[in-house]
Parts: sequence; structure tokens; C-alpha cells
Amino acid sequence: MYGNVVQAGRGVRGVRRFVRRPWRLAAEVSALLIAAVVAFPLYWMVLSAFKPAGEIESTEPRPWTSAPSLDSFRRVFGQQEFGRYFLNSLVVACSVVIVSALIAFLAATAVTRFRFRFRTTLLIMFLMAQMVPVEALTIPLFFLMRDFGQLNTLGALILPHIAFSLPFAIWMLRGFVKAVPEALEEAAYIDGASRSRFLWQILFPLVFPGLVATSVFSFISAWNDFLFAKSFIISDTSQSTLPMALLVFYKPDDPDWGGVMAASTVMTIPVLVFFVLVQRRLVSGLGGAVKD
Amino acid sequence: MVLGGLLLYPIYQLGLISFFHYTQAQVSGGQPATFEGFGNYREIFSDAQFWQVLLATVVFAAACVVSTLSVGCALAVLLTRVRALPRLALMLAALGAWATPAVTGSTVWLLLFDPDFGPVNRMLGLGDHSWTYGRLSAFLLVLLEVVWCSFPFVMVTVYAGIRAVPAEVLEAAELDGASQLRVWRSVLAPMLRPILVVVTIQSVIWDFKVFTQIYVMTNGGGIAGQNLTLNVYAYQQAFASSQYSLGSAIGIVMLLILLAVTLVYLRLLRRQGEEL
Repeated sequence: MYGNVVQAGRGVRGVRRFVRRPWRLAAEVSALLIAAVVAFPLYWMVLSAFKPAGEIESTEPRPWTSAPSLDSFRRVFGQQEFGRYFLNSLVVACSVVIVSALIAFLAATAVTRFRFRFRTTLLIMFLMAQMVPVEALTIPLFFLMRDFGQLNTLGALILPHIAFSLPFAIWMLRGFVKAVPEALEEAAYIDGASRSRFLWQILFPLVFPGLVATSVFSFISAWNDFLFAKSFIISDTSQSTLPMALLVFYKPDDPDWGGVMAASTVMTIPVLVFFVLVQRRLVSGLGGAVKD
Repeated sequence: MVLGGLLLYPIYQLGLISFFHYTQAQVSGGQPATFEGFGNYREIFSDAQFWQVLLATVVFAAACVVSTLSVGCALAVLLTRVRALPRLALMLAALGAWATPAVTGSTVWLLLFDPDFGPVNRMLGLGDHSWTYGRLSAFLLVLLEVVWCSFPFVMVTVYAGIRAVPAEVLEAAELDGASQLRVWRSVLAPMLRPILVVVTIQSVIWDFKVFTQIYVMTNGGGIAGQNLTLNVYAYQQAFASSQYSLGSAIGIVMLLILLAVTLVYLRLLRRQGEEL
């Protein structure tokens, strides 16, 4: 009797598994297919970068290349001071990430943990600040930079980027700071921790995944930026950044596809490396950010 | 505070410039700027092209938001249904798309859809059909690129959100005999709502301001400006035709529209009893 019930249970479960399996298989196949479609443009980019010139500009594009060549890369790196542009981009992106992460952390703590007048107003301002079309702000910013004497320096790129990445960073970090129970803060104070000690030794490590997630955004926006670089670095080419170098190869009428793709590959790789490094933390980080 | 100033002061100045007559002569100091009041706004609002661009922007942004959200959410659900290997593959591909800089992404998509050398036309057998020539197909191309590079944010966030729902809750629902549909509607949807709110607001803000993709892919707004969006239009007015004040006024109009959308949204949220 008892055995029968178990048997029946197994039978039902077996049937259910059988019914469920084709679904999962279909889901997995489609997931792989979609992954292939999503990755295809990137694959094509790298492929085109390695194709010899004649093969890119062929009317019979093939998804492989028989004679990979480094010609395009050589052309890109042979371009004036490409390494320097790369370094400039890296300097800008890294300083933006570090400075904005620190400020965003402090600001997010302030708006979550303290109640003060205009707190809600401030929060709405952060949201509002993200809506400002950066392109339109380039005009007044240009005059501002000119008055500060910052034109043609990397500072002219770093400062506005920090300012523009902060609102989003603070907005996202809020959720993380909120998720840390206030009881923990009280416990720390009772144990005799000072406010700054609580901030740096307890809150900071707890919020770190969130900081990583927000850093991704500031890194990308600083790394990708083309507009500020174009508008604020007008004459001193030694202060130029990567996107500007990329555009040398891209002429709307007759683009040098090999060069563009090689430069694009070089430009994309650091971001990819950064992403793969933080991937785990990013997923947990974004999950936490929105659990407020 | 200084950084706040760096953000607020330009907005203030943007507003200020939008009230003046400000062209190349004023920038170089040749002529003093003259106060025009709402003259610039009057000029924009009576400009037929402005309304056309505004309409295109709203429709385009709405299409982008809807497709990004639906693709992102659908794939997030798909991610929860598959085993580790396909999940990793999809996740990595999405991260790759996300990591691609906007300039790079635009040029790669242009190459993919290139009438002469692109693989897409070959695969679909379209001959040398040019995607950037027609107004709709050019917008479609940009839309595809925008969705491609922005759905990963939605997907990863929503996926992380679904994962963060405690397993006990789902088990309890199952024990109580809730159907799949019911679980979705009554358990997951409310728990995911804060996430969806954040994702939607961000998408609206980003997609309304798409600049690089339009600028690069349609070469600054398409043939005879057919693919202009407000953002590009403002930039073109300011920097291509040196009408800084007109560009600024358009920027202010955009800011106000986005602000209105967000405020309505926040108001709705608060009515539902959610705290900011």
C-alpha cells in the first residue's frame, strides 16, 4: 500500500518531468540562439578588424576569414600617438570612477540616513539632473571651462563627467544604503565606534557591490564620451581621447571599415575586461539597488 | 557642492541663453547679447519642423522604451528557466552588447546593414537596399541598435530582482495551490514593481535623449533632417548653424517634457502609497 503510493508519486513526477523537459529544452535552445544573435555584431566587429582590406569591401561577405591580418590594427596604432589617446581615456575614466564613487557614497548616505529640509526636493533634483540633455549643456559648459582656463586639459573632461555621473550614482546607491539595517548603525555606536569609523569600516564594505554597479555606469559614460572631448579639447591634440581617434577613420562617404573596426575593437576591449571583472558583483549589485 | 554648482550653473545659463539672441557674433564678443524674452521660444513653436521633430522624438522614444522593456523582461524570465550554461552564454553576450561604446555600436551596426558589404542584406536577400535612405527604415535601424545596447540593463536588473525573491515565498504560493499565472500576477509582479519603476524611468530618460546613435548612424539627422530627434536638433541648431540661443531653448523644452513625464510618474507612485 505504502509502496504503491510512493510508486504513484514517482510516476506522476516522472510524467511531469517529461512534460516539462521539452519546454526547458526549447527555452535553452532559444536562449543560446538569442545569445548568438546578440553577440553577432561584436563577432562581426572583431572579424572585420582582422580581415584583409580586400575582403571587407567584398560584395560577398563571409562569416570567416581565410587570411587574418593585422593590417588594420597596424594602421590604427600607427596613427599619431594612439597610445597616448588610450592613456588619456584611461586617466579620465579612472579618475571619474574613483572620485564619483567616493562622493556618491557620502551623498547617498547623507540623503538616506539624515532627514533634513529639502531632502525630497534634493532627490527630485538628482532625478531631474539626469534628464538634462548633455548636448545642450555643452554650450554653457564651454564658456565655463574657458573662464576656468580648463580648455584643452583633461580636467575639462573629468569635471563635467563627475558632475553628470553623480546623480545616477547617488540615485542607485540610495537603495544599498537603505538596505543596511539601522540597528547595525546603533549597535556600532553603542560599541563605541565613531561616525567616520562606522562609515568607512562598516557601511563602506556593505555597500561595495552597489558601488561597483554604479562605477560601471560612470566608467562607460566617461569612456564613451565623444561630445565633451570634441568640444573642450580644441587645439591641443596631445590631450585627445579615444573616440576622437576612432572618428579619424570614419568618414560618412568613404569609411575605412577595417580601421574603424580595429579601433572599435581596441576601444571596446577595456570595457569588456572591466565588465567581466565585475560581472558577479554587478548582478548582485543591481538586485540590491532596487530592493528599496 | 562645487559639483552641484557645476551642474546647476550650466542649467541656469542654458535657461539664460535661451532668452537671449545669441549667435556667433555674441560668442566672439563682437556684439552684445540682446535680451529677447520669449522670442526664441516663439520662433521654435512657430517652426513646423520643430513640431515634426517633437512628434518623431516622442514616437521613437516610446517605441524604444517599449521594445527595450519587453525584450529585457522576456529574456530575464527566460534566464530563470534555463540551466547554467545557456544562462552564462546569454549573460555574457548581453554584457558584451552593454559594454560596447555607443560610437562603436553605431558603426558596427552600420557595417552590418551596409548595402554593399553588410551581411544582413545578403542573408535576407535584399540586394543593395539602403537602410538609411528611407525615414522609417533608418529609424528602425537606430531602434534596433538602441534596443541591442540597452536591453541588457533591463535584463540583468530584472533577473537580479527575480532572483532576490525569496524561494520560501514561491514555495508557499505553490503549496497554497497557486497556478503559474497567479504566482506571476499576485506574487512576483508586486515584488518586482520597484525594480520595474526604476528601469522604466531610466529607459524613458535614456531613450528620449538618444544622441550618438542618431548622430553617427544617420549622419547627423538623416537626409534633409528626416531622422532628427529633439536632442540632435538642438545640437545642430547650436553648433551647426550657430544659433546657440535656439539650441538652448530646445534643450529647455526637452528638459521640461522629461520633467513632466517623471513628475506624473512619481505622483502616480506616491498615490499608490510608495515612498520616494
